[in-house]
Amino acid sequence: MVIPKLAFRNIWGAGLRTWLNVVALSFSFVAIIFLQGLYNGMNNQMEKATADAQYGGGQYWQSSYDPYDPLTLNEAHGVIPDDLLKLVDDKKAVPILIRQATIYPNGRFQNVLLKGIPPEQVVLSVPSLFLKTDEETIPALIGNRMAKSTGLKEGDYITVRWRDTNGTFDANEVKIVKVMKTNVPEIDNAQLWIPLDKMRIMTEMPNEATMIVLEKDSQFNKSIANWEYKDLDFLMRDLKALFLTKSIGGSIFYLVLLFLAMLAIFDTQILSIFRRKKEMGTLMALGMTRSKLIQLFTLEGAIHAVLAAVVAALYGIPLLTWVATNGYGLPEATDSYGFALGNRIFPSYTAGLVVGTTLLVLIVTTIVSFLPTRKIAKLKPTDALRGKLT
Amino acid sequence: MENSVLIKLENLVKEYPIGNTKIKALDDVDLTFVKGEFTGVVGPSGSGKTTMLNIIGSLDSPTTGSASVLGKKVEKLSHKQSAALRNKHLGFIFQTYNLLPVYTVFENVEFPLLLLGISAQERRNMVMRTLEWVHLADRAKSKPNQLSGGQSQRVAIARAIVKKPEIVLADEPTANLDAENSHNILKIMENLNRELGTTFLFSTHDEKVIQYLRRKITLMDGKVFKDEIINHKG
Ligand SMILES: Nc1ncnc2c1ncn2[C@@H]1O[C@H](COP(=O)(O)OP(=O)(O)O)[C@@H](O)[C@H]1O
Ligand SMILES: [Mg+2]
Repeated sequence: MVIPKLAFRNIWGAGLRTWLNVVALSFSFVAIIFLQGLYNGMNNQMEKATADAQYGGGQYWQSSYDPYDPLTLNEAHGVIPDDLLKLVDDKKAVPILIRQATIYPNGRFQNVLLKGIPPEQVVLSVPSLFLKTDEETIPALIGNRMAKSTGLKEGDYITVRWRDTNGTFDANEVKIVKVMKTNVPEIDNAQLWIPLDKMRIMTEMPNEATMIVLEKDSQFNKSIANWEYKDLDFLMRDLKALFLTKSIGGSIFYLVLLFLAMLAIFDTQILSIFRRKKEMGTLMALGMTRSKLIQLFTLEGAIHAVLAAVVAALYGIPLLTWVATNGYGLPEATDSYGFALGNRIFPSYTAGLVVGTTLLVLIVTTIVSFLPTRKIAKLKPTDALRGKLT
Repeated sequence: MENSVLIKLENLVKEYPIGNTKIKALDDVDLTFVKGEFTGVVGPSGSGKTTMLNIIGSLDSPTTGSASVLGKKVEKLSHKQSAALRNKHLGFIFQTYNLLPVYTVFENVEFPLLLLGISAQERRNMVMRTLEWVHLADRAKSKPNQLSGGQSQRVAIARAIVKKPEIVLADEPTANLDAENSHNILKIMENLNRELGTTFLFSTHDEKVIQYLRRKITLMDGKVFKDEIINHKG
């Protein structure tokens, strides 16, 4: 029992030096948890935004539809079956018609997806209401990235060429009525949104759709002939896989962070232990055994980490909670890993993150206390007593 | 009993490697110390005084030869055994005091007793009694950085003797002290030697210390140059 007593005596007796160490260590806890939480928050927000704008609460695909095969897209349309039509009429689902088309911005040629959506729909976060006009011209909605890549602005006219249901080419002018700000590339890149009813006339596909998007949290999943139900998990799979590859980038980021935290820990622990080399020599001269010496200094390191966790909790919990509720403003241009982010990130801290980081810092601190202590304890007492930092 | 041998050095050699060569810090030293001695090892700087005390204190080991302390051959002890020897039977006093800076005076003196597993009540009594011997009972709660050099060295003496060791080893204990403090320290140690029968072994080249010695061993280039008994007139 003498070792814990001595450890506490040393820690308490060191006064200010202890607290400086502890506060420096606590920064490691808070910084790692904060940044990792920010990163989680980013992912969650991306998932939510994507679900809101694109996937809703699941989808029914016309049986020919394959998002990875543009060649089949021309066949991927069908009359909406009664069960789904009822949902659409109740505003619990929205039909979307998808065709390939070509536009000619600035004389260039670009393939796009023409997507028909009912302007009054409330299922997706696409601002389709801008498509509700009385004008003769076909109104079109594009995303900010599409606007940037094509140079299109609100009010611009652009020629669109498409094939109708018989495969015959047709062309018309559309007017860009709105450039929407969106974080979701899948509703933005190379896409032109137009009113569903106009698109049905253009393509001669009355009452048809390529997919039906169910409202969020929809429980509807009846099997319907020629239409395939895709639940949200399935739809999100690609995005989650993307996050996984992204999280390799993320773990490098985490490692860099950890490395910086280690530097702080190394600095506080290793240096403070080497500075105490002469003290260790004295303890040896007073008859302390090697193993007791190692126990003492390692325990001190561990207690430092525990105190740091407590201090980190004292200011970290209010701070991180505040950021989680108020969001963390990111510069507009942040578009890391090819994702556009919302302007405010709301960090999300999981229990695993907090517990994991705490354990990690604790273990690292203990190890970096143990290793130099063992090194010094292995010296002859006379060498330790000389006290020079080597 | 009065003449029982505590320390016996036989053909003691200590070499330090310096680059490709080595220097002999101790060169075939044969010495015997008995209980109750008050002995100084003198000699110019580099003559091997510290090396000799360190080996006796089992802080270092000889290259060849043997040093037996309280019947134990230092060169044969394991780390644990030499730690136990130091803990139970030896007290150290350093030129630079080597007090533990974060501890109070009381805690510094108490430290060896904690390692020995002595009960709290007994520790208190022993520490306070020892602090009275060195006239520092009123500074028990001070921290080392609040003490003068002389006071610090008195704390170090208290720490060395609180467990009543058989042998106290003091390497240049007065080198950092002025004349008054040096005399003070020597008188305290002389007293303890007389009252407790503790064997004191110093290294020093301080004239003020030499006048207190009852045996003076002179080292020269690692060899015993002279070994004299001093008879005080008083
Ligand atoms: N750790 C060491 N490494 C190399 N040489 C040393 C070491 N310690 C002492 N010496 C050398 O051994 C000799 C004796 O040193 P020391 O015992 O300290 O003498 P003194 O205490 O009488 O001044 C000196 O020449 C010194 O340079
Ligand atoms: Mg010396």
